[in-house]
Amino acid sequence: MAGLRTFAAVSLLVSLAAASPAMAQTPPTENIQIGLSTDAVSITAGFSGADLTIFGSLENPDPLVARQGRYDVIVVLEGPARPVVVRRKDRVLGIWVNLESETFENVPMSYSVATTRPLQDITEPNSYKQLSLGASNLYMQPAEPDDSPTTIEEFTAALRERKAATGLYSENVGGVQFLSQNLFRATVRLAPNVPVGTHRARAFLFKSGLFIKESSAQLEIRKSGFEQSIFRVAHDYSFFYGVFAVSLAMLTGWLGRLVFRKD
Amino acid sequence: MGIYLPIAEISVNVFVLLAMGAAVGFLSGMFGVGGGFLITPLLIFYNIPPAIAVATGANQVIASSFSGALSHMKRGTLDFKLGGVLLAGGIVGSTGGVFVFALLRRLGQLDLFISLLYVALLGTVGGLMLVESVNALRATRSGAAPVLKKSGQHNWIHRLPLKMRFRASKLFVSVIPVLGLGAGIGFLSSIMGVGGGFIMVPALIYLLKVPTNVVIGTSLFQIIFTSAYTTLVHATTNQTVDVMLAFLLMAGGVAGAQYGAKAGQKLRGEQLRALLAILVLAVAIRLAIDLFVTPPNLYSLTAAGLN
Repeated sequence: MAGLRTFAAVSLLVSLAAASPAMAQTPPTENIQIGLSTDAVSITAGFSGADLTIFGSLENPDPLVARQGRYDVIVVLEGPARPVVVRRKDRVLGIWVNLESETFENVPMSYSVATTRPLQDITEPNSYKQLSLGASNLYMQPAEPDDSPTTIEEFTAALRERKAATGLYSENVGGVQFLSQNLFRATVRLAPNVPVGTHRARAFLFKSGLFIKESSAQLEIRKSGFEQSIFRVAHDYSFFYGVFAVSLAMLTGWLGRLVFRKD
Repeated sequence: MGIYLPIAEISVNVFVLLAMGAAVGFLSGMFGVGGGFLITPLLIFYNIPPAIAVATGANQVIASSFSGALSHMKRGTLDFKLGGVLLAGGIVGSTGGVFVFALLRRLGQLDLFISLLYVALLGTVGGLMLVESVNALRATRSGAAPVLKKSGQHNWIHRLPLKMRFRASKLFVSVIPVLGLGAGIGFLSSIMGVGGGFIMVPALIYLLKVPTNVVIGTSLFQIIFTSAYTTLVHATTNQTVDVMLAFLLMAGGVAGAQYGAKAGQKLRGEQLRALLAILVLAVAIRLAIDLFVTPPNLYSLTAAGLN
């Protein structure tokens, strides 16, 4: 028995000895962290879009890889998801009418991307697909999956195109800059019509085209005091809101007559 | 200067809206119409979602028609009794209209329906008015006395039962066409975001033969209430009234309306009608072109589950 125990102890020592040089050879794995200076952004009356800056750091970067610029970072700010109807106009008796439509579940209302380099230079299309990263790789779940694949594909493409045209899906190549070996800054665009709600900021780290790590943070976008109150009242106390709108109109009409009277 | 609209959820330019309100206010004061038929298409051209443009248009119309009706009340050119009967019909029509509005919005056909209604109605009314007023202008120019309707002249409308006397309008007609006219205009008010003055004014003049001087005040009077009711119903069922947007339009509108009313007094009745007809036709043509021209975007997105 004693002999056996000794053997076990020895083998443990041996394996430790074998392990330590190996650990010295593999560098500690890189990690990525992002931080937001605020957890809420308020949209005020003068809001006409904004740039949101997100800072992040790289932990344990390999100095050699960093010097060669083979670390890439992609930062995404994804808006809340809602169901969306995409409609297509077709000509009926010469008039353009909404005919075909396709409903998609859980479409991110907004999707802003910032990258260190053009997307196609960072990694393979396949890894984007796996990560479902980038507006063109987002999976849009059709409400009626039985519709023909070509139709679904057509409407999915149209959905992306419309979102991009209205600035809600945007891509900022070069929007991520390394300030030092460890520190980077990402600038994502908030469209003027950015949806309110909980947004998620995610940062993806790539090393020589390989995905390493992801980190995320949450951001609340809301209307600021006054606009928010109007919106709330309009929805929660819609009758009083209506009465208020009518009274305001009458008051304005009466005052306008007093001020600008011409008879 | 940009401003964020809380209900429409977009940023717009304050001065564009004020100018839009002032221009439409001027025309509305001049012609005695609420101006909704101009405001709503203009807002849609300015990328305000049609559902919000319609509901907010109705809200804005209240201000300009209230301001205008006050002037007419002072001059005594307002028939409260006739306005009241028109209004009773208007409430019924408006309620129906808001429900049709919500249904069309769900089906994705609201924008088309609004445009079609605008083109059909503005085209018809504008065309008829233009023909009539040009004939009247020609008659006065050739020296012939303008052919005024005589109170003895009656059409089929005057043979309907349930007659009622409207003293201020010197009128003795059946309430059926009055209620019907009110209901039709209430329906249009809620679907098109208009007060309906552009239909009310010619209908009162040509169909019911109400004296022209009483028509505008009475029409404005009933428009105040129909559009107030429409605003309320839209606010409660669709939440599409944007007070911020409405206020900017009103502020410009009431100022413009007073100057417009002054300018309108300098023109003769048939000249005024001819100008209004041209304006109405222009809006109709502009909207008709949009229906036929290939849109820049064949695809549109809307939030699902919105009623």
